[in-house]
Formats: sequence, C-alpha cells, structure tokens
Amino acid sequence: MTLRVDDLRVHYRTLRGEVKALDGVSFGVGDGEILGLAGESGCGKTTLGKSLIRMDGRMRLAGGTVSLDGAELPIGDDRRMNPFRFKRVSLIPQYSMSAMNPTRRIGRMITELLASRGESVDTAELERRLDLVELPRDILGRYPIELSGGMKQRMVMVISTLLDPSLLIADEITSALDVSTQKAVARTLVEFRDRGFVRSMIFITHDISLTYQIADTIMVMYAGRLAEKAPASVIVSEPRHPYTRMLISSLPEVGVRHAERRLSGIPGRPPALLDPPQGCRFRDRCPLAFDRCAEDPPPIEVAPGHHVACWKA
Amino acid sequence: MTAVPTGRNEALYFALRNGKLLAGLVVLVPLLVLAAAAPLIAGGDPNAYVATPASPPSAERWFGTTMFGQDIFAQFVYGLRVTFVVGVLGGGLAAIIGMAIGFTAGYRGGLVDEVLNMLTNIVLVLPALAVLLIVNAYLGVRSVGVQALFIGLTSWPWAARAIRAQTFSLRSRDFVDLAKLSGVRTWKIITREIAPNMSSYLFMTFILLFGGSILIAASLDFIGLGPSEGVSLGLMLNNAARWSALHLGMWWWFIPPGAGITAIVGALYVMNVGLDEVFNPKLREL
Amino acid sequence: MRRYFGRKLLVYGLTFLVAVTINWMIPRFMPGDPVQSMLARANVSQPAAVEAMRAHYTSLFGLDLPLWEQYGNFWAALFRGDLGTSIWLFPTPVTDVIIRAVPYTLALLIPSILLSWWAGNRFGAFAARRRWLDNTVLPIGYVLTATPYMWLAILLAWGLGIVAGIFPVSGGYSFAMRPNWSWEFVGNLALHWFLPFVSLFLVAFGGWAIGMRNMIIYELEADYSTYLSSLGASRRLIRRYAFRNAVLPQITGLALQLGVLVAGALVTEIVFSYPGLGHLILQAIQNQDFFLLQGTFLFIVVGVLVANFIIDIVYVLVDPRTRTGIGGEAA
Repeated sequence: MTLRVDDLRVHYRTLRGEVKALDGVSFGVGDGEILGLAGESGCGKTTLGKSLIRMDGRMRLAGGTVSLDGAELPIGDDRRMNPFRFKRVSLIPQYSMSAMNPTRRIGRMITELLASRGESVDTAELERRLDLVELPRDILGRYPIELSGGMKQRMVMVISTLLDPSLLIADEITSALDVSTQKAVARTLVEFRDRGFVRSMIFITHDISLTYQIADTIMVMYAGRLAEKAPASVIVSEPRHPYTRMLISSLPEVGVRHAERRLSGIPGRPPALLDPPQGCRFRDRCPLAFDRCAEDPPPIEVAPGHHVACWKA
Repeated sequence: MTAVPTGRNEALYFALRNGKLLAGLVVLVPLLVLAAAAPLIAGGDPNAYVATPASPPSAERWFGTTMFGQDIFAQFVYGLRVTFVVGVLGGGLAAIIGMAIGFTAGYRGGLVDEVLNMLTNIVLVLPALAVLLIVNAYLGVRSVGVQALFIGLTSWPWAARAIRAQTFSLRSRDFVDLAKLSGVRTWKIITREIAPNMSSYLFMTFILLFGGSILIAASLDFIGLGPSEGVSLGLMLNNAARWSALHLGMWWWFIPPGAGITAIVGALYVMNVGLDEVFNPKLREL
Repeated sequence: MRRYFGRKLLVYGLTFLVAVTINWMIPRFMPGDPVQSMLARANVSQPAAVEAMRAHYTSLFGLDLPLWEQYGNFWAALFRGDLGTSIWLFPTPVTDVIIRAVPYTLALLIPSILLSWWAGNRFGAFAARRRWLDNTVLPIGYVLTATPYMWLAILLAWGLGIVAGIFPVSGGYSFAMRPNWSWEFVGNLALHWFLPFVSLFLVAFGGWAIGMRNMIIYELEADYSTYLSSLGASRRLIRRYAFRNAVLPQITGLALQLGVLVAGALVTEIVFSYPGLGHLILQAIQNQDFFLLQGTFLFIVVGVLVANFIIDIVYVLVDPRTRTGIGGEAA
C-alpha cells in the first residue's frame, strides 16, 4: 500500500465558522494503482487532493493521519511537508495553462526549480520524456507563451513527474480540454504509471466516464465523505450506493463530458458543510432513505475492495 | 466549496474589519467635517487681516498668523474646502471621461477602439502639468471650478485605459452575451450589466483620480497659476514660499497646508488599498 | 516587434503634433491681438526692445496671413530651432535660455527617477507579505507618495538647510562662485544638488515601494507561484520569480509616472530656486514671458516623449512576450 489515509478531517476557515470539507475519510492507494476520485463540486475531492500536497492558507488539518510508503506524511505542517513535495508527492494542477512562469524559458525554469530542491537536471532523461509526450526538444528554450494549450499541459505533466514521485495528484486536469485531447492526456498518465515515472496516482475529476477509462479503482465522494469505493468496472456495472447509482445512470453513455451539469438531474443539493446534519448526508436526496439513515452509515466492505457507506448496500 | 456571507454583506463585513480602510476614514472624515463647517468655525473671509502679523500659534490663533496678519487656521479650513472641491470635481470629471472612453473602447472594439486608444495614449504621454501650465498661464484661471475642469480634462487617460481593459474581459461573459442576444441596447448593457460588475473597481479608480487631482491642483497653485480668487492649501504654500516664511522661520505658515494635503491624499491612497482587500478575497490577510 | 515600435512612434509623433498645435493655438484664444497683449503684459522697459519684438512676433504670428499659412510658418520656425526671444532675459533666444537650464533639471531628474525606482521596487518587494514590515514601514510609503513634492522640499530646506544649517537652500551653486571645473566648484554644485535630489527621491520612492508591494502580492498569488510552492520550491526562488514579473508593470508605471515626476522636479526647483526648467517657468510666469513658457513646454514634452521611447525599448529587452511577438501590447 503506497498511500494510507486514515479518518482525514480538513476544515476551511470561513467567517461563519469552519466548513468541514473533509469529514473523516479513510482509504488506501496501492502500488501502481490509479485511483479515480469522483463527485460533485463541493464534495471534498479537490480539498482532498490539495491536502495531500499543500494546504492553502484557509485550510486546517482537524484530524486524521496520512502515510506514504510507510512513513507519516506531515500534511498539516507546511515546513515539514516541503521535503516530500515533488520528490514523493507531486501535483499536476488544474491550471496547467498558467502554471509556468511566463518570463522564464522553460528549460531554465526547470533547472532553477530543481536546483532549489537540491537536484540537478538529467538532460537525457528529460529529453526522453519530452519525446514520449511528443514535445519537441527545443521547447526548453521557449517561453510558455509560445506553447499551445495542449503543449503546456504536457509540459507540466513532464515537469511534475520529473523526480519520479510515489504519488501523483492530477486535479481536474482535463476539464479545460476537448474530448480527444482528454483521452490523450489520460493515456499519457497511464503510460507514466506503466513506465514507473509515478508509482501511484489520484486522478480527480467530476467526469466519471473519463475516470473509468484510466482508473483501476474509483472512489465516489459525497459531502466531505466517502460514499463508495470499488474497482472501476464494479462501480460502473454494480454500484451499491444510491448516489453512485444515480451518478452512473445520469450518464447516457461513456465519454460524455460535464457529468456535473447532468447531476442537477438528481433533485436537491448537497447539505451545507458548515454544520452538516447528523446521519447519512445523502438522506434528503435519497429515494431509498428510511429511519436508520438518521444514523451515520459506516463504510463497509461488501465485497473484497468494495466499500460502501450506506445502510441499504 | 465554502460558505461565506455573500455579496454586499460580505464586502461590508470585511470593510468594517479592514484596518487600512478604517484608518483612512479616521483621517478623512474629521477633515471633511472641518471643511464643511468652515464658515462656522473660521468666520467669514479667510484672507482678512485680523491680528498681529507673523505671530506663532497661540491659544487664540491656533495656527498663528501670516506676515500680513491673516489667520492661518481660517485659511487652512477654507483651503481644505477648496481641496476637496477640486478633488471631487476634477477627479469626478476625469472618472466620467475615463469611463465613457474606456467603456466605449472596450465594448465596441474594432476601429472605435483603435481611435480612442490612440487618443488615450496621446493624452497619456502629454505631461499634464506642463499642458495645464500653458493653458492656465494664457487663459487665466479665476475659479476653482475652471481649475477642476482643466484638471479633469487632462488626467483621465490611465483610468480610461484601465476601464477599457476591464470591460474587455467582461464583454465576453455569459450575462453580457445573454443581454446582447436579447437585443438590449449597447448603452444599457454597459450601464446595467458591465458597470455594476466592476463598480468596486470604478470606485477605486475615482479615489485615485480624486487624490491625483488634489496634488496637481496644489502644484498649480504653488507655481502661481491657481484660482485667482479665494484661498487654497497650495496657494498658502505659494504665499509662504513667496514671502520667505522659510527664511523667517515661520514654520506655522508652511506646515499646515502641506500636512493637510498629505493627510487627505495619503488617507485616500490607504483607503484604496483597504478597499482592494475588501473587494478582492485573494488579498485578504488571514 | 516592428509593429510595436511603429505604433509607439506614431503615438509619439501625434503627441508632438498635438503639443505644437496647442502651443500655436492657445495664444489665439486670448482676447485681442496676442502680440499686442503679450507685449503689453511683458515687463520690457526699453522701447527699442519692444519695437524689435513687435516686428519679430508679428512676422512669427503673421496674423494677416490665412490660418494654415500661419500654422505652417510656426512649424517652419520650430524646425529652425527658433522658439522666439525671451522677454525676461531679453534679448537672449529662448532656445539658449532653455539649453542653459536643462542640465540642472536632468541632473535632478535622472538620478532621482532611476534610484527611487530601483530602491522603491527592492524595498516594496522585500516588505510584501512580511507582516511587521508591511504594517509599520509601508504606511510611511503612503505618506511619502501622498506628499506634495514642494512641501517635502520646503520641509527639507527648512529642517536641514535653515535650522540645521547643513545644506544651502537656494541656487545651483554659491553666488560667490563662477562656474568652472575645479573640485571646489563641483563640490559646491553637489551640495546644492543634494536637497532637491533627496526630496524628489523620497516622494517617488514611496510610490514605487507601494506599487511593488501591491504588485508582488498579486504575483505571489498567481498560479505559477502556487505551482512552485506545491513542488516545494524555495521561498527565495518563488519571490525571485514574482519580483521579476512584478517589475514589468513597474516599468510601464515608470512611463506613466514621467509626467508626474517632471512636475515634481519643476516645483522642487522652484522651492530651491534651482536654476533648471522649473525655475524658468516661474520666472516666465512672473515676467509674463510667454515665449519662454511655450518653449519650455515644448522642451518638456519632447523630453518626456524621448524618455517614453527609451522605456519602450527597455521593456522589449526585459519582457520576452513582446519579443516573441505574441501579446505585444505593452501597456
């Protein structure tokens, strides 16, 4: 098991109080595993991704532990976390289009970034990877503004994985791309894993159909908690949680983008996480809800590797 | 993802807790009150010869008197008035011109934009004070209103350019498209859809123009090209310099007017940064 | 890039045209015969001088000619370097009077602009997001940048000149001296130069420091900064990149501020009776020497245009985006 997350609680500080964006999430990611993380916006998936590498100023670790390769990951401590970043945990951000310093040639930026981490550039390896993602080698002498959107995306993917991290977090990296580019990006990520550039990966998206194409396991989150986690094929073919079922059935076919919009097809909205209600959080929107749902449903392993947090599962 | 008080309430919440904004107001409001109440506090004519010439501050004459026995406190209070008036009129006019040109250029684009942009750039590189020197010297400026008019006419370009850029980024948004599709007329789209969406920005632009106008007016007055009637803080500095207050050691003559201008403009600038933090969540300190 | 400079030069050319036209037009708004009224308001005592000037300006203004011909003549005179004759220093040509004053103004402006820009940016970048500096020292920046140039000049002249007696407060050099290239004279020049320089420097410094501080806070929130932090890059590297990017708008800002800085220099010179262009303007106004005033105006406009063009060149050298030809609109 590469990554082990136990009862992770992360809160956002706001004016009205703390928003419990992650409220007790536990899961693991194995060696070589690609975990797809899906759910509506506000379900906590982006918070989870950020927590594992760098919390922003408003986030606070409220409890839980994370371990990577058997060692504790000090995610609540920015300073102590720094040695792990890039080398052990890395990130492909949502904002790849603007992730590179606009006034530095890309090659120089990479050199300086690595130097500040006490590493030097392995030019041969870097060029091999550029070839792999079909970027010209002279790209290192260019400025980011000279690159197309797709090229920037691939460049950032190469930079982020340059130090062969154990865990790569890919946060909504496809949402700005067209369908064919999305697929190419997804294939590249799988290739990176297969070649050992990254050991395991968390692929965050609201597009469950895209997740299905690359993920080994899919984890569905709802309102700051885990709803269901299972091998990708199982999630799609035999979802057990009513939320997952509605999510899957609201997709007319694999390959449709913007699952998020379609989710408005599920009546109601997720509860506010400032003061979340007792019991199952999907209760108000759930067609199967019954008395027992006033109690919190614990995630139960209904089959090997298939966890569901629902009394009816 | 996060639930915070929304819209207006949120801005107000941060406004009331923003040290910079409050500090600016604490300086500005008393000066404003002083200026508004000038006739009550300082009596009629601030240029009247009322007391022993060149006397330092005393309990009776708080800021002392000039070489000629004018009460400096009275001049100061009336000067504040003029300063605020020049700021509001000059800054206001510049803001109006800047908005008109910025909105039109940014919204219409194309040839209109090219022409207006060229115009903006020309006025932008012309040194405003030098132009005002020529204009004022030849035409003679008698009233504060005329001075403010000329200042307004020369100091709008950077505002126009900033507003143009903002409009440019807003005009392709959904709500503007929607309005366009439903056949709403251009100026209505600008006033109903675009301007409200950058109202905080426009307000901050006005504040900067306000402060800028005050400083230009003060320089003109100091050179001796200010309004020939009445009194202003710049004119007080001009008189103090002209009649060698410096060499005579009459510090009470030249300190108050400069301090007044600095306090007003400084408070405006600080408020502006405070407002930026209020309106722009990224800048809030946590 | 050619397009970029082409546009810039077009703007500057048009600006010069506008400035000259203003210069030509404004006297015509004065009621009555401009030559007559100018001479009437001028303090020239010798009748011969008045006659000579009347002849000169009547031919210059050529009021009996059609307007376009008057305008053409005006330009022709301009290209001959003929800005008329000063009334204040009759019969010195205005061009000579100005050329004698320009070195003093440049000696104040260039060092104060460059040094304040450099130091202000450094300081502002250093203070940003460092709580104690941000909250204690930057308010001073706000006060400085809000200070009218002439007031700070007066305060310095009073405090360091008159009360402390360290620096002279009037003139470009001691009245007792004649200009020459001795160390003594140069030292004397420097002594007279110091206070006007410091007062210009301080006001401008405050503005740059605050501008940079605000700019760099935006840059530190930018995506590329967040990405670097996520990859554990050192704070130093992130700040260095942010500074580099924040400096670009500051270069544009320098171009925008030129007019204000020049205005500041003019009033500062007036306070110190420093023999530069500001002093000329005051004399021109007090002596109703409109030819001198107009000549000085044109000179300032040309100076600002040239400086703008230099800044444009620097910008292209510093910002790769203008060189690669994409997004070349440098504010």
